[in-house]
Parts: sequence; structure tokens; C-alpha cells
Amino acid sequence: MNVVGQLISILIMSSLINNVVLSQFLGLCPFLGVSKKVSSAAGMGGAIIFVITLASAVCGLLYKFILVPLDLVYLNTIVFILIIAMLVQFVEMFLKKFVKPLYEALGVYLPLITTNCAVLGVALLNVSNEYNIVEGIVNGFATAVGFTISITILAGLREKMEYNDIPESWKGTPIVVITAGLMAIAFTGFSVLR
Amino acid sequence: MSEKRKGALGLPADTPLERFLNGIVVENPTTVLVLGMCPTLAVTTCAINGLSMGLATTFVLALSNLVISLLRKVIPDTVRIPAFIVVIASFVTLVDLLMQAFVPSLYEALGVYIPLIVVNCIIFGRAESYASKHGAVPALFDGLGMGLGFTCSITIIGLVRELIGAGTAFNIQLLGEGTIVPGPVGAFLGMYTPVSIFVLQAGAFLVLGTLMATMNRINRKRAEKGKDVSKYKSGGCMNVDMEIPSKDKKEDKKEDKKEDKKEVSAKEDGKDDKAEDKKEEKEEDDE
Repeated sequence: MNVVGQLISILIMSSLINNVVLSQFLGLCPFLGVSKKVSSAAGMGGAIIFVITLASAVCGLLYKFILVPLDLVYLNTIVFILIIAMLVQFVEMFLKKFVKPLYEALGVYLPLITTNCAVLGVALLNVSNEYNIVEGIVNGFATAVGFTISITILAGLREKMEYNDIPESWKGTPIVVITAGLMAIAFTGFSVLR
Repeated sequence: MSEKRKGALGLPADTPLERFLNGIVVENPTTVLVLGMCPTLAVTTCAINGLSMGLATTFVLALSNLVISLLRKVIPDTVRIPAFIVVIASFVTLVDLLMQAFVPSLYEALGVYIPLIVVNCIIFGRAESYASKHGAVPALFDGLGMGLGFTCSITIIGLVRELIGAGTAFNIQLLGEGTIVPGPVGAFLGMYTPVSIFVLQAGAFLVLGTLMATMNRINRKRAEKGKDVSKYKSGGCMNVDMEIPSKDKKEDKKEDKKEDKKEVSAKEDGKDDKAEDKKEEKEEDDE
């Protein structure tokens, strides 16, 4: 029971309280770049959930069974980034071959994820927080869900903002960043859940 | 660099000095190229953190540029991305370990963002667009210049956030209670109440948004005067990220993204052309 409680607390912590974009500033590039439409934002979110969950599982296993026994822990940054880059390519090829519908839904976004700092960030945070493999996977999943929540909300807001009269200099990215700032204020409210 | 052998600021192209100044002034990675937003937002809660993050990035950027430039004839074109990643990640690991050993308090404060220098688009962007095509010396100075440009910008952002949010600058109390400024000026400054939202996460977004809007405005003004602003773009790392997958035979998927990008640039052009009612907007910018 205690284990389940622990997992649920990780889930809430990572998805809402320490929201990956709004409080840890990881994965800002897709957050600002792919949030023009709700549909594409949700697609990106789906791809991120898929990749981060998988990547945290693989990195967790690798860390536990290869890096720690061989005393190569200090190489984790190099190993993780290469594994993630490889993993994304592999997942893409796999989906293209065997799971066509999923590939069509997520395919566009997959290559963009390779250099997403959120993926590497989660893998490294799992290590520095000393999560075991299951906790790491849950943490990865929750982080990605948090990302999806915030990017979808932002996309919704941006769709509405299309019709607003925004001062010339603030059009485009600046106003989106300010919007994200206001969302961050709202998300600060979740910290009472702690 | 469109004119032959003429680089930034009218200096001859690809000389160390030209590259150095180009990175700091002409193509400042934060304010002009809008790259590397994640660390810019995350570590700028105070000026010291911004400065040390900037210096760490400079170190990695300069050395990885140097090494990649030296290896540019050895690395086959098809595997250059993983090769660059390995070089960059090695230097990041080096910085990570050095900081852990010699400045543990800073290491604690910057936390996961030190290893995340690996995915900083500035480094990859410079490796790809400059170091892999030029000789070792200009590449080294390009890295140094870019890195110091980044350092300057994020230190200033950190300073602004620290000053507004906590009333301190480099941990010295300037505004608000306990100010070190003596006399009546000190009494006046002491009345300041720190706006703590600026050191929280939301403040980072607000400061960055204001900075970007200011840059937009400056660019519009320059465009009005008929200067070339094609170098300036906003939109963050997407500009670099999008180029990375394209190298791995992913043209079909890139298409979609490309359209997105075109839209953005088209919009910006329109924005640049318009430029009216300056006075009103100046007030907007100032807030």
C-alpha cells in the first residue's frame, strides 16, 4: 500500500506541482513551437508521453544494470543522450513498420523529440532523485502528462488569442511567453497539494 | 557575411576578433538568435547563477567548437550528429565533474541544468552551422564569443530578476530593508518592497516575454530605417531543432514543420513592415 501511495505522490508531484514546463522549464521549445493548434499540441503531448515513458524505462534499466555495476555512473549524460537519440529513431522505425495508425498520429512529432531537454531531464532527475525503475517510469509518465496538460491549455488559449488585438511588438512569441507566465502563476496554486 | 570577406562590424570575416565580437554583439544567442531558452529561464533566479551557468556553457561551447572543427574532415557526413553529440556530452561531463569537485554550492544550485547543457541548442547550432565548416581558430573564438554573449544576456536577466524580486544584486542588498546604501538615499531605497514573483518561475516568463517584445520593437525600428534584419528571428530553439531531423532522411515529416516555420517568418515580415504608433507601444514596452 505504501508503494502505491509513493507512486501516486510522484504522479501528482511531477505532473502538477513540479510541472515540467511551467516550473522546471524543460521542453520549452515544443511548448512554444507546437502550440498553435489544440490538435497538434495534443499530438505532440501523445508523442512525448510515449517517448518519455519509454526512455525513462530504458535509461533506468541501463543505469541499474550496466552503469552502476561497471562503475561508469559518471558517463550517464553521454550514455543517456545517445540512448535517447537512438531510441527515438528506433521507435519511429518500429511504429512505421508495425503500428501504422499510431505512427500516422505521432510520426510528425517524433523526430522533434530527440533534442527535447525534457526527455534527458527526466532521465537525469530519475537518477538524482534515486528513484527505482518503477518509480522512474511513473515519474516519466507523470512528467509527460504534465507537459501534455500545459501544452494543450496553452494551445487552447492561443487559438482564442488569434482574434485579440495585441500591441504590435508583443505579437508572436512574446505574448505566448507572457501567457505561459500567467499559466505558471496559476500552476503555483498546485503547490498546496504538496 | 553576404559580402565577400567582410564579417560582422565591418571586420574581415572569420578572424578571431570578428568572430568574438560577432557572438557578443551582432548575433547574441539570447537576444538575437533566441536560442537556449531553457537554461535562460531556469537558472536566472539570481545573477550569480546566471553568470556561472553562462561560463559553464562558454567553456563547453568553445572547446566543443574547437574539437569539432579539428575533427571536421575526419567525421563522415552521415554520422556527424551522433559524433557532435558525443563531443559535446564529453565536455559537459567534464564541466559537471569539475563543478561538483570545486564549487559544490553552485553545483547544487544549478542541479540538473548542468548536464542539460548537452541539449542546449546554442552549442549544437554553432557546431552544425559554424565549427563544422571553418578552421580551428575562428571556431574557438566563435565559441568564446557566443558563449560570452550568452553569459552577458543571462547575467543581465538574472540581475533584473534578482533586483526586482529580492532587491539584491550578486547577493548584495541594494533595495528594500537592510540596504547597504547609507544616508537618505538608503532610506529611500529601503522603502522598496521586493516583488517576489520575479524570482519564482512565473517571473522568468514575464521577463523573457518583455525582453522579446523589446527586441521585436528594436527590429521593427531597424527595418523601418531599411536595415537588414534577416538575422533576427524569434521562436526559440525550434529553428535549430527542425534542422536536426532533416539530416536523417526525414524529409517527408519535416515538410509539415517547415510550413509552420514559413508561417512564422511570413508573419514576422508583415509585422516588420507595419510599424506604426510607436509612441503608444513604447509605453507598453516600458512596463
